[in-house]
Amino acid sequence: MFKIGKSTSQIARLTKNSRVDQKRKISFTFDGTSYSGYAGDTLASALLANGVHLVGRSFKYHRPRGILSAGSEEPNALIRLGKGAYAEPNLRATQIEIFDGLYAESQNRVPSLSLDIGAINSVLARFFPAGFYYKTFMWPASMWMKYEHVIRHAAGLGKAADDHNDPDRYEKTHTHCDVLVAGGGAAGLMAALQAARSGARVIIADEQNEFGGWLLGEANISIDGTPALDWIAKIIDEMAAMPNVTMLPRTTVFGYMDSNYLTLNERVTDHLPERPAHLPRQRLWKVRAKQTVLAQGAHERPLVFAGNDLPGVMLAGAVRTYINRYAALPGQRAIVMTNNDDAYRTGMALHDAGARVTIVDLRAEPKGALIRAATNAGIEILAGHAVITAHGNHRVARVEIAPIDDTATAIAGDFIHRDCDVIAMSGGLSPAVHLHSQARGKLQWDDKKLCFKPSTTHEASFNAGAGNGTFDLASAIKEGIRCGARAASAAGFKNTMADSPSVAMPKQSWTPLAAWNIPNGHAEGAGPKAFVDFQNDVTANDVRLAAREGYQSVEHLKRYTTTGMGTDQGKTSNINALAILADALGNEIPEVGTTTLRMPYTPSNLGAIAGRDIGHLFDPVRLTRMDDWHRSHGATFEHVGQWMRAWYYPQEGETMAEAVNREVLAARTTAGLLDASTLGKIDIRGPDAAEFLDRVYTNGWSKLAVGRCRYGLMLKDDGMVMDDGVTTRLGKNHFHMTTTTGGAAGVLDWLEEWLQTEWPDLQVYLTSVTEQWAVATLSGPNANKILQDAGIDIDLSPTSFPFMSMQNCHIGGLPARVFRISFTGELSYEINVAARHGLALWTHLMKSGAAHGITPYGTEAMHVLRAEKGFIIVGQETDGSVTPHDLGMDWIISKAKPDFIGKRALARTTMAYDDRKQLVGLKTKDPQQVIPEGAHAVRDPNQPLPMDMLGQVTSSYHSPNLGYSIAMALLKGGHNMHGQTVFFPLLDGRVIEAEVVDTVFFDPKGERING
Amino acid sequence: MADNQPDRGQRGLPGGKPRYSAFAVAKNSMSYHQDWQRAWRDAEPKSEYDAVIIGGGGHGLATAYYLAAVHGMTNIAVIEKGWLGGGNTGRNTTIIRSNYLWDESAAIYEHSMKLWEGLSQDLNFNVMFSQRGVLTIAHSEHELREMSRRVHAIRLNGIDSEILGPAEIKKFVPTINIDQSIRYPVMGGFLQRRGGTARHDAVAWGYARAADDLGVDIIQKCEVTGLRRQGRKIVGVETSRGFIKTKKVGCVVAGHSSVVAAMAGIRLPIASRPLQALVSEPIKPILDTVIMSNAVHMYISQSDKGEMVLGAGVDKYNSYAQRGSFPVPEHMLAAAVELFPVLSRLRMLRHWGGIVDTCPDASPIISKTDIEGLYFDCGWGTGGFKATPGSGHVFADLIANDRPNKIAAPYTLDRFRSGLLIDEHGAAGVAH
Ligand SMILES: Cc1cc2nc3c(=O)[nH]c(=O)nc-3n(C[C@H](O)[C@H](O)[C@H](O)COP(=O)(O)OP(=O)(O)OC[C@H]3O[C@@H](n4cnc5c(N)ncnc54)[C@H](O)[C@@H]3O)c2cc1C
Repeated sequence: MFKIGKSTSQIARLTKNSRVDQKRKISFTFDGTSYSGYAGDTLASALLANGVHLVGRSFKYHRPRGILSAGSEEPNALIRLGKGAYAEPNLRATQIEIFDGLYAESQNRVPSLSLDIGAINSVLARFFPAGFYYKTFMWPASMWMKYEHVIRHAAGLGKAADDHNDPDRYEKTHTHCDVLVAGGGAAGLMAALQAARSGARVIIADEQNEFGGWLLGEANISIDGTPALDWIAKIIDEMAAMPNVTMLPRTTVFGYMDSNYLTLNERVTDHLPERPAHLPRQRLWKVRAKQTVLAQGAHERPLVFAGNDLPGVMLAGAVRTYINRYAALPGQRAIVMTNNDDAYRTGMALHDAGARVTIVDLRAEPKGALIRAATNAGIEILAGHAVITAHGNHRVARVEIAPIDDTATAIAGDFIHRDCDVIAMSGGLSPAVHLHSQARGKLQWDDKKLCFKPSTTHEASFNAGAGNGTFDLASAIKEGIRCGARAASAAGFKNTMADSPSVAMPKQSWTPLAAWNIPNGHAEGAGPKAFVDFQNDVTANDVRLAAREGYQSVEHLKRYTTTGMGTDQGKTSNINALAILADALGNEIPEVGTTTLRMPYTPSNLGAIAGRDIGHLFDPVRLTRMDDWHRSHGATFEHVGQWMRAWYYPQEGETMAEAVNREVLAARTTAGLLDASTLGKIDIRGPDAAEFLDRVYTNGWSKLAVGRCRYGLMLKDDGMVMDDGVTTRLGKNHFHMTTTTGGAAGVLDWLEEWLQTEWPDLQVYLTSVTEQWAVATLSGPNANKILQDAGIDIDLSPTSFPFMSMQNCHIGGLPARVFRISFTGELSYEINVAARHGLALWTHLMKSGAAHGITPYGTEAMHVLRAEKGFIIVGQETDGSVTPHDLGMDWIISKAKPDFIGKRALARTTMAYDDRKQLVGLKTKDPQQVIPEGAHAVRDPNQPLPMDMLGQVTSSYHSPNLGYSIAMALLKGGHNMHGQTVFFPLLDGRVIEAEVVDTVFFDPKGERING
Repeated sequence: MADNQPDRGQRGLPGGKPRYSAFAVAKNSMSYHQDWQRAWRDAEPKSEYDAVIIGGGGHGLATAYYLAAVHGMTNIAVIEKGWLGGGNTGRNTTIIRSNYLWDESAAIYEHSMKLWEGLSQDLNFNVMFSQRGVLTIAHSEHELREMSRRVHAIRLNGIDSEILGPAEIKKFVPTINIDQSIRYPVMGGFLQRRGGTARHDAVAWGYARAADDLGVDIIQKCEVTGLRRQGRKIVGVETSRGFIKTKKVGCVVAGHSSVVAAMAGIRLPIASRPLQALVSEPIKPILDTVIMSNAVHMYISQSDKGEMVLGAGVDKYNSYAQRGSFPVPEHMLAAAVELFPVLSRLRMLRHWGGIVDTCPDASPIISKTDIEGLYFDCGWGTGGFKATPGSGHVFADLIANDRPNKIAAPYTLDRFRSGLLIDEHGAAGVAH
């Protein structure tokens, strides 16, 4: 016999040896009241020790709810923990370890837990059966959005943090192991120990703060002659000392994916009052295990009887756990209601703690050691009886009990009344098969134990203990050893099985009576509610209603009634729902089937899955070697893929337009300097390099002379333009390819895919050298003068260094590869130097060019300059639906080559249709009006919607060199529209008129290319 | 397409089934809800039908409904191997919008949008179509340019669309992070106010119930295992519950289209890939619209239940297993936390995958085949939920008349031969 302690605050605390340290008092706040508990308490156990049962409100009816369980299966006791940016909704009080200063609030109630106006729903519950909203809120149609607004605000559980910026940090760990054990109860610990002794690398994880599992809540069991928990402690000590073992308490194995890839969430600091800065809040473990042992134990099932959702109605195993593990007595006048032997252990625990106990056993003739022990202790046992209805307001206060027939489906006698303040119910055990099922393992129904348990596995894994339906402790331990041994040897570690220890505890039977829906004497549908899913307020009648309406597949049932869709994911409700559905359909449970269980085992923090890949680590920012110079010279930047590129360089007081105009003019009148380092560069080598280029580009490459450059277009296999760039032959078997900035990675992947999967016979080797070269493009009539002043050591005359060729040289002593190519139409050099010389080259050129009017220009000026020349930008003039012909670039399609990627697609008849969208130039009627890019052309702007659109503007600028606005567009049949007028209706209602012209606006004969 | 309304046919359970209403719910509560009828009969397959629809997803059920409601074909059956809506219909993130770039796409998705508007009343089943708006975010100058192009096209197609700047976005979506110093800042966005979400299961159930009311047989747990032909004509389907004679077969099996097509010796240009989604635990409302971001590959909304619904891009491998790889949600959640920091302290509650059927041009196939009487409606890929009513409507028309109407015509199988692709992939790069 234990005694209730003296402390006035912890009125339901027992003075008794337990896992809480009664010397370490801890104070915390719940709903504004401060309470005390002890180190080792969960919020749930501490509240129970303080006599608090009412802790939450249900989702739909806002019914008062208490603590049901003592673990992660808890549907009711959901709490908002912490304040400000630390606040976190929907945490289970049964898993929160208390610490000094802990601040918790109940949820889903206005204004307070005991006085919740939402509870009106409970009164009106009759009008809100499962799925009622599919049948209502349809008239008038326009009102749905208003109804919905109200529904949304009534729904939802907790409130997210008020301050959204999570101050915590989350880490990830990637690791391998030989054997991963999920679950650190008796079976899991033995499996881990067995495997660890063989030398295998073992990880054992348990979601609780301590290893030991179900034994933590038991008393009076001895193993090998010592108390069970001492025996556990020895195992833990042995493993803790082994370097090949990683023990992870507070860690949930929540995902089991293909090829034994598992994800674990470790809560590193959540239980600490002060969180050390060097530790992350949580750690996501990504483990590739050779073998796994799943030993997650079992969940006890509630019984479905009227009023079973009242605070004070708890799972029998949980009641026992609160008494033994936490020294908290959930009630003094207890009803134990059960269909099996196990709850008798709870009856004894309550009795030993001083409570008055009545055991209501659904079975007509229970027998065995536990029943004898209870009888001997003088506990009242009502066999063949059931609790018909529980009554109470914010806590259960009394019950009606009646005799029932042997199938537990009909009342067979007069009611008995009992007062009570707690009901410990047990409907049997459901193995936690979640990870097994996630890993595509199969389940089978055990007709004796009334549960689904694992059958065949799909991954390299073993099931042990209660999670495998082996509820008897001695057998579970034996199974743990066996699974550990098999997992270790499957992972390649020889081992001999340890002897099974001897277990001393009363024998008990594990065959419950099938009693899924306790009768209450009312007609079906009438009478007080009996709940199946507590969190989502799904009743037995809702399940039957769904069946009646044809929602008969388990998935339909779940979706129609929302059973099992709560944050507890139906751990305590799924089997009961299934059984009631089977009954309603007159079918067997295994025929009705079960749903596939999916990640996560329990809800897992999104922040931990995102990890460190947020903020600046979300995606790398790529900067060129000249970036410092751009920044210190006031450049603005634009995002181009991962790169930040200098967009334009405004001078004091300049607008963007003024800056860009100045840069554009300079490049044509003196000289401009562009940082072109971001262009993709691929080094191509091998005896088949030229052949390879012949296949991936539309034009010919075999005859290109060494030292010469050529522009190439790449098509997708559907014949559409994919990328472009200049490629140069550096040697017989050596090319330097350039790609667009944004396309670089994609092009390399594409080329590799063809090489590796389609043309493995070609000897070609590709290397990305984008980052190895820094590139400055010098463009404009003064380019030669500047290079000479900069100390270039080659002859720049067009005869010795012609357009479209490359030379190796030095500039101011820096070794360089210079390509004489031009994207501006001016005399232009793309100067490549080793990346580390990039900044030196740039500053040197700027200095050497100062006297010649050198002007740095950004990407915007580059766009204008090339548009003046009618050069396309892939991704701007093209969008994956444009052929070379559409661009007016037939000249680049080789007629001679037998094949190239896209050739066959281009031969399709429709590719030559006249009404395809084709690239044209545009001159606005009012030369000062610039058409917005993306505007669409129509012939008649006054036609009704939807309008007949011709196509869209792809590029559009004011050209300072020409003094008017220019644009390019893709228009249906554009090649035949020259001279015609089109209209652009804009978003703001204006209409711009333009004439279709040639795409080359400036220097159509190309006379400026030599300066 | 702006003003011509689709022909909705006979509406609101003309077959005589008891109607749903608040009044009916109240009345039934007097009898403790014991008198509700089945939403649809559990039909036994007959030996012959005028047409058989394979696939009891939203598209298949909608097709059957419109065949009955618009074309008067009631001696037809929908055959589903599992349970109704168990494919992508019950797995998607329910984004509905019609703001597509190409004219062909705008036509069919807007057709669908018009059917959504009023669908609950047509079916006498509240599908919870919620026009809470769909806002697509741009994160770079390039995306702003693309956005401008799309909005111009959408508007000239007579479809609502508006551009919002970062400050307006913040006002519309207070939980979003518009800090311009983040890696991919919110630079702008475009909003379709008529877009939104619906309750996916209800769409399947609502169509099933209304089709059943018109006499359509809905047959679950019946797998089609073969397509029987005589020469170039279809004569029936082999199923796990026996042979069923019919002259017209409409295949609407999404991720399994290639499998069913192979039964008739047809190869479809379709790749089947996993697409993943997840929801958080339910919380009180913090997001009253739908946000999509293609650059960072994530989209998000909050369900009426309070769950944050999040999705990502497809896994880049072919598969029929309804699960994807972990890096995809990892990356997606990083993006989501960037844009909505509040998510960091919420928890993932459920996660799943569906097999999406994607064509090379990311547009669907609504088409006859070389075999007389065999039709396909598939290839909706990552974004077909929104098309459910429209797709069913035009596919029913195709089956009934044996020729595509104007909206369906561009979506022939032949386009992959002719080259007249409708490339929503390349051009718009848009998923859902
Ligand atoms: C994660 C995810 C998110 C998505 N998000 C969106 C979104 O936000 N917005 C959007 O518009 N779309 C979205 N989609 C796409 C959308 O879900 C689909 O395009 C659409 O639901 C397809 O509907 P369906 O009826 O064609 O296919 P399904 O619903 O898949 O139906 C096909 C049916 O055919 C059955 N079947 C297959 N083979 C056979 C056979 N041999 N015999 C009998 N029956 C068979 C299947 O069991 C299945 O029920 C998403 C998809 C996924 C997977």
